[in-house]
Amino acid sequence: MNRHYRYRKFVEWANWVGMLCCISITVFFLVAILGYVIINGASSINWDFLTALPVPAGESGGGIANALVGSLLIVIVASVMALPIGIGAAVFINEFPSHGAGRSIRFLAEVLTGVPSIVVGLFAYSMVVKPWGGFSAFAGSVSYAFIMVPIILISAHEALRLVPDSLREASLALGVPKWRTIVGVVLPVSSRALITGVVLATSRALGEAAPMMFTAFGNSFWNLNMAKPMATVPLLIYTYATGPYEDWHRKAWAASFVLLMVVLVTSVLTRAFLRGKSNE
Amino acid sequence: MQGEPQATVESLNRGLPSAEVRPVSARRQVINLGDRIFYFITRSLGLSVIALALLLVWNLFNGAWESIRQFGLGFLIGTTWDPVTRVFSTLPTIIGTLVKGFIALTLAIPISIGSAIFISFYIPKWLRPILSYPIELLAGIPSIIFGMWALFAMVPVIRVIQIWLKANFGWFFLFDGPAVYGVGVLSGSVILAIMITPIITAISKEILLTVPREQIEGMLALGATKWEAIWQVALPYSRIGLFGAVILGLGRAIGETMAVTMVGGNSFAMIHSLFDPVHSMASQIASEFTEATYSLYTSSLIYVGLVLFAITIFISLLAQLLIWRLSKGKLAILD
Repeated sequence: MNRHYRYRKFVEWANWVGMLCCISITVFFLVAILGYVIINGASSINWDFLTALPVPAGESGGGIANALVGSLLIVIVASVMALPIGIGAAVFINEFPSHGAGRSIRFLAEVLTGVPSIVVGLFAYSMVVKPWGGFSAFAGSVSYAFIMVPIILISAHEALRLVPDSLREASLALGVPKWRTIVGVVLPVSSRALITGVVLATSRALGEAAPMMFTAFGNSFWNLNMAKPMATVPLLIYTYATGPYEDWHRKAWAASFVLLMVVLVTSVLTRAFLRGKSNE
Repeated sequence: MQGEPQATVESLNRGLPSAEVRPVSARRQVINLGDRIFYFITRSLGLSVIALALLLVWNLFNGAWESIRQFGLGFLIGTTWDPVTRVFSTLPTIIGTLVKGFIALTLAIPISIGSAIFISFYIPKWLRPILSYPIELLAGIPSIIFGMWALFAMVPVIRVIQIWLKANFGWFFLFDGPAVYGVGVLSGSVILAIMITPIITAISKEILLTVPREQIEGMLALGATKWEAIWQVALPYSRIGLFGAVILGLGRAIGETMAVTMVGGNSFAMIHSLFDPVHSMASQIASEFTEATYSLYTSSLIYVGLVLFAITIFISLLAQLLIWRLSKGKLAILD
């Protein structure tokens, strides 16, 4: 009896230690990755890096200004395409549940989040690049938009679900038509959560390198023309990191640092933004 | 003006026929002109998601058609990938992908489920967000950054381990092979494991927290230790959802591109040992697509993408069904 009890205590203890190890390993990799990128990246970043154009390999100096602008431009165009579809579909699913397609659309969105980004790139290639006859930033936007739609849809749906029915009923009881109830009451009430979802989807898309390989392709020069190839930060990291030059590696670290900071800051800010609501 | 008088709030709100209104179709229920237009717009946007999915499938088929017509299903079981003689088939990359995915899963499952149990049951409530938020952050880091880190920080370490393993256990078939590269199946699998661990942990934690508190407390009241309560109550209760989380992780691992392209060692070869540099499907597409000089080559790479798509969709469907069944649609899987 006593021995059995001690054995059970030992199992309990052993499992506790085991799980502590598991969580330590996870946290260790988090610290290792963030620390490594921050230390290597922060030491190679400077003003020139953010504002200058790339220089030919071998020359010193140069930066990634064109890739920063390119990433921003492509993701903005993508948001313009993805936002109405994502939010509109979420409104449709949540506010018109009598239409049978709602559940299937939501389920489809969940499944679409699992489509590998490289496959999305192939899709944009065969839909935009091939008929158009060349790589273009617009094709990159299409692939980013495709990645963003299901994420925006799911988060917007969850946001709309949280709006209490009593608010809708109060508005309808005043004789306000349903569409004005949705536009004037439901969407504003859930606006914080909606914005959070859109921002997270944008930052998620911003870090994707794989679809850019066969769409926006990359460019060493200034280009603001959406119909031409354009440089993006994640693809530039890939090119520089796998290249043979020490200087390129340093630039890849610096670019990773910039990308990481954008993602982390967005994540922390949106979280704080959502928190602010619950305190009101 | 707006709305027939006998339409109740409930029927307007839900769009469902109630006792007072004659059962009418969803479209007839919308009365106001603005409502009609609004309904039409949102319905179009909603249905456009379905259209997008169909467009994706159609475009992949369209792009791969030339190769499908040429090689058919033999593409999946052949082992030749020769751009010079224009013969393509891709069994080695399919196997390479699955092997890397499953090794990653084997490494990630104990660590992520262990972490999830620890976060859900063993630490005080106020500490939970402090531990789980960084893990969610890790899940959101772009894969290219994992790739960078893997290439410069992890591969050198793996290489040392490989050389040691080869020197001491080289007789074992898994450790046979060119240890000096560093990049290869082992590196690819390890970085995949690191990438999917936070995802599986985050979802598993959510699922474990849905276990009714009373059941665990009941076990504890009967004199069980905490681990016994978890092992005999919490885990059986949430096993389907946990399985779904793991499957979702597998889907991510199989579709992952950048990190695997950077450290997986890109060569078209059948896998023999853990140290072989072997393509996975995504890395094959990523590294060869821009070099494909004729349309059959491009088309074959899109065919590889189509197969990858089919595998991940199957896995994703399985995961979603399992998690949906458990949570009855209440749990959003948003990383």
